[in-house]
Amino acid sequence: MQQLSYFELIGFGPNGWGWALLTATGMTIAVAICGFLAGSVVGTFVAWGKIGGNVVIRSFADGYTTVLRGIPDLLVIYLFYFGGSAALGAIGSLFGAQGFIGVPAFVTGALAIGIVSGAYQAEVFRGAYQVVSRGEIEAARSVGMHRWLMFRRIIAPQVLRYAIPGLGNTWQLVLKESALISVTGLVELLRQSHIAAGSTRRPFDFYITAAILYLFITWVSTYLFQRAETHSMRGMRRAS
Amino acid sequence: MDFAFMRDSFVTLLGGVPLTLNLAFMSVSLGAILAMLLALMRMSGFKVLDWPAQAYVFVFRGTPLLVQIFLIYYGLGQFRPTLQEWGLWTFFREPYWCAVLALTLNTAAYASEIIRGGLQSVPHNQVEAARACGMSGFLLFRRIVFPIAVRQALPAYGSEIILMVKATSLASIITMMEVTGLAAKLISQSFRAVEVFVVAGLIYLILNFIITRIIMAIEWWLSPHLRRPPAIEPRLEAAHV
Repeated sequence: MQQLSYFELIGFGPNGWGWALLTATGMTIAVAICGFLAGSVVGTFVAWGKIGGNVVIRSFADGYTTVLRGIPDLLVIYLFYFGGSAALGAIGSLFGAQGFIGVPAFVTGALAIGIVSGAYQAEVFRGAYQVVSRGEIEAARSVGMHRWLMFRRIIAPQVLRYAIPGLGNTWQLVLKESALISVTGLVELLRQSHIAAGSTRRPFDFYITAAILYLFITWVSTYLFQRAETHSMRGMRRAS
Repeated sequence: MDFAFMRDSFVTLLGGVPLTLNLAFMSVSLGAILAMLLALMRMSGFKVLDWPAQAYVFVFRGTPLLVQIFLIYYGLGQFRPTLQEWGLWTFFREPYWCAVLALTLNTAAYASEIIRGGLQSVPHNQVEAARACGMSGFLLFRRIVFPIAVRQALPAYGSEIILMVKATSLASIITMMEVTGLAAKLISQSFRAVEVFVVAGLIYLILNFIITRIIMAIEWWLSPHLRRPPAIEPRLEAAHV
């Protein structure tokens, strides 16, 4: 058999893996976005606990961020992958189901990323909250806003503004972490490259392509976060 | 929770600690040398040196570490005949060396930015004062620039070391049996994910706690000027005069 050229191999022709790689890239982006959003929810609550909780809640929140930032992400993914199906199996057997129930790899991955990135995002949100001036919050209280309204109108918009750079860093982490989800068998970019490399025996070509695609995603998202930052700061006076 | 099982797995997983520390130590120390080189290239002021270093940092920080590991471990297999010809195959055949190489290249990219930040934080007047005293070149670097830069960079470098300890877990995917590798094996044998996870997590937390303490001790040792002067006992009778 004649060797395919690199571009035939990754192209969209009859022997090309182009579509498979593109779909897998979409999967990487999807799982990263879901994980990131799950992390935002977790992070918001943990940050809330750190800022406004009592001693018990605060120490829980501190413990959460310390532990999750101190252990490898891969371990958390293994916990969700193996532990998730064990837990589902236990629940299933209560209802009379038999045997192994697998959790969809996408859910496992997004949850694991969410739990890990939640710890990082909590720190980002907490830092951003501390920059919001006390006067704003007092003013909101003095005009009679209750908690939720104050959160929605005053706190959330400003915290988000200051959090954008930190969130950008967390997003980059999440994106790179999504490659680890490939161990659970989810066909995202790295897994697809692994499959393609195995079946064509051209590992270098596929992994370098995967690297280029990841680089492209990080590059585009850096640009987008920069745009978002300048946009959100448009009304601020800069001291420089 | 089965505590007897957890104790057994703790002993099993402790067997992976030497390899975890070995990988982390090798890659951090080799990475530091490469990072220093990259930082100096970026600060050299020559575009020929600056641009390759910038590209290097962009590529290695913009792609997942696992992709880099796969690229080296599996990817280079595609060039096996050439590598065998050059006598490099014995090196790239070993998962250990592939893991060390990938981790080193990866940490160098992050660490070079930390070192660059440290070097740039050295106040200009300090350098001028040193020059006025007649220091230059390596002496200036060794006596003035380097100590100040190290103090500035150390906290960030500490977290990079912690990140590297965590990153060594990826070596388990290319068959290295360090703590995470042993944990994964144990989980798939016993199906007790939670217990094994707790034990493995505890081991990593202990390791990272010890490393953080060491870094803090070095920081304290390097910054005697920031320490509070020893409290002098006020004389009690004087206070009431």
